[in-house]
Parts: sequence; C-alpha cells; structure tokens
Amino acid sequence: MSYYFAMIGTKDNPIYELEIGTYKQSGDGTPKFPTEMKELNPFIVHSALDIVEEVQWKNNQLYLKTIDSFYGYQVSAYVTPGNVKFMLLHDVKAEESIRQFFIEINDLYVKMLLSPFYNFNESIKSGSFDMRVRLLAKKYL
Amino acid sequence: MSKSLKTLSDDLWKNRVEKVNSELFTLTYGSLVAQLCRDLNYNYAEVNAHLEKMGYNIGLRLVEEFFAQTNLGRCQTFRETAEVVAKVGFRMFLNVVPQVVGVDEKQFSLVLDENPLAEFVELPDDGKAFKELWYSNVLVGVLKGALEMVQLEVNAFFVSDVLRGDDTTELKVKLVQVLKDEIPVGED
Repeated sequence: MSYYFAMIGTKDNPIYELEIGTYKQSGDGTPKFPTEMKELNPFIVHSALDIVEEVQWKNNQLYLKTIDSFYGYQVSAYVTPGNVKFMLLHDVKAEESIRQFFIEINDLYVKMLLSPFYNFNESIKSGSFDMRVRLLAKKYL
Repeated sequence: MSKSLKTLSDDLWKNRVEKVNSELFTLTYGSLVAQLCRDLNYNYAEVNAHLEKMGYNIGLRLVEEFFAQTNLGRCQTFRETAEVVAKVGFRMFLNVVPQVVGVDEKQFSLVLDENPLAEFVELPDDGKAFKELWYSNVLVGVLKGALEMVQLEVNAFFVSDVLRGDDTTELKVKLVQVLKDEIPVGED
C-alpha cells in the first residue's frame, strides 16, 4: 500500500507533498508505486482538483471522501475552511482512517499557520511539520 | 519569604490583574517580530536590538504598575530581586514562573519552562535565524528597563532558546552596578 499526499493552496499551488508507504502488515514505510506511476502522481492529483471544486459546494462536509480514481488508484480529498485542499492518492479503500488522518493533518496545519513566520499559501519547508505528518501517516495509513 | 511571595502572586493573578486571551497575545507579539524582521531586511542583530529597546520602554512603565499592585518594598539583596522578578513579576504579567538558577550577589539566570511569547513559533529556516535571532528579546529589555527604575543597572541577555533547538530557554541577568538614588533616570 502506497500513498501520495499533497496539500494544495488556494491558487492551486502545491504547498506540501509526501510519498509514503504503509507500516501496517509489516510494511516499512517506503512507497511502492510502480515507476511509471510515480511520475504521474502529481498529475492525477492535480486533475482531481477540478472535481474537488465541484464536489465541495455540494455538501457541507470538509472531508469529501473518494472523489476520483485512476486505474485502481483512488483520490480522497479534504478541504479546509480556508480552502486549502488536502489530497491523498491511495490504492486501498480506507475511508475512516483517512478521515482521521486528514483531521489531524488539519490540526497540524492550523498550528503551522499560527507561526508568525509562515505565510498563507507559502510552501511548507519546516522539518518538524514533515516529521509530524510522517508520524500521522504511520499511525493512520 | 518565598511562601508569602507565592500567595501574593496567586492573589494578584486571581483578583487584580487584567487578563487577555493568550492566542491574541502570542499572535500579536508574533506578527510584531515577523514585521520587524521584514522591515529590517532580516538583519537579526538589529531586530534583537529593536525588540530590546521596545522592551526597555515597556519595563520603565511596567515597574510602576508592578509596585502599585504589589506594595512590595525594596529588595535587600540581589538574590531577593531575582526571586521577586521570577515569582511575582513574571507571574503577574505572563503567568509563568521561571526557575531561578545560578544565583549569587552579582547575577542570576531565569529558565523559562514555558514561554507564552513563543508558542506556535517556528523560526524561519534561512540559515541565520537559528543563530542570530533572539525571538523573545523583548523580555531582556523589560528586565533592563524595570530594574533600572529600581536603581539596578543590569546587563541581561538570552543564552539559549528552545526555538533555536536548545534544551532550555535561559535568560541571564548580570548586575552592573547599583545606581545612586539621587539621580533620576534620564536627567543627567
């Protein structure tokens, strides 16, 4: 099981991305995307943004569940109240754990926003943020 | 002595001082520092100096408020000053009590286990902020200003900050001289 996680700013600019594998079922956390897939990940997620923009107005949930799929891979999305989109490309269905993952990522993101040196829509370079995201991925995915 | 200081500061905190939402406070100070950094082109030495100057001006005023609320008398020794600064001063204005370490008649260190100014903060990773910026440097100024008003000229500075990746946040205060009573500050 492999995951590609991306956070997209309000101007459709990526602000954070991470490729990670599962630790469950004795996985070691390294992503196992096929090579031809690896290059496509950002494109698949990017193309799903249009669907997010359609779906986000149709219900009032932040977590939009699985909104798109691509040859057996699925894209789940979460839209923060500030319209930053969290996108996750995954190969197994796991609605509930992904929901929890997104909610905790949102908490992390809010903390990041409260830091005076971080500007909205800026890409996130903080090492501790990256580390915490990895921990969450390990916990939920 | 220390017992009564604690009851005094507890009472002050509960009944006397005005409180403000901590996030508002933290974010206000945060945007101030961030704006200073931008305005001064990320020259952190200058940012530190500005913060200290601001703190100095705060300290000059704050000490009056401090005495108006506490009715504390003059400290007999520098050790006592350290205790009062940590247990009453910090408690009253920031609701934290730093540990006082390495006290003698000439100096003391304040170790801040929590720092309300620096919550949520991550220093910019431009390679020099971690080495040059003292994010909470306003405190240095406050101490200098406040102590100067009670005839203690001190030299204060941060020696470590958890924001920089250090284990503790430590602020050192060194006594330079006891000023003569007769000369009012700024009237030389």
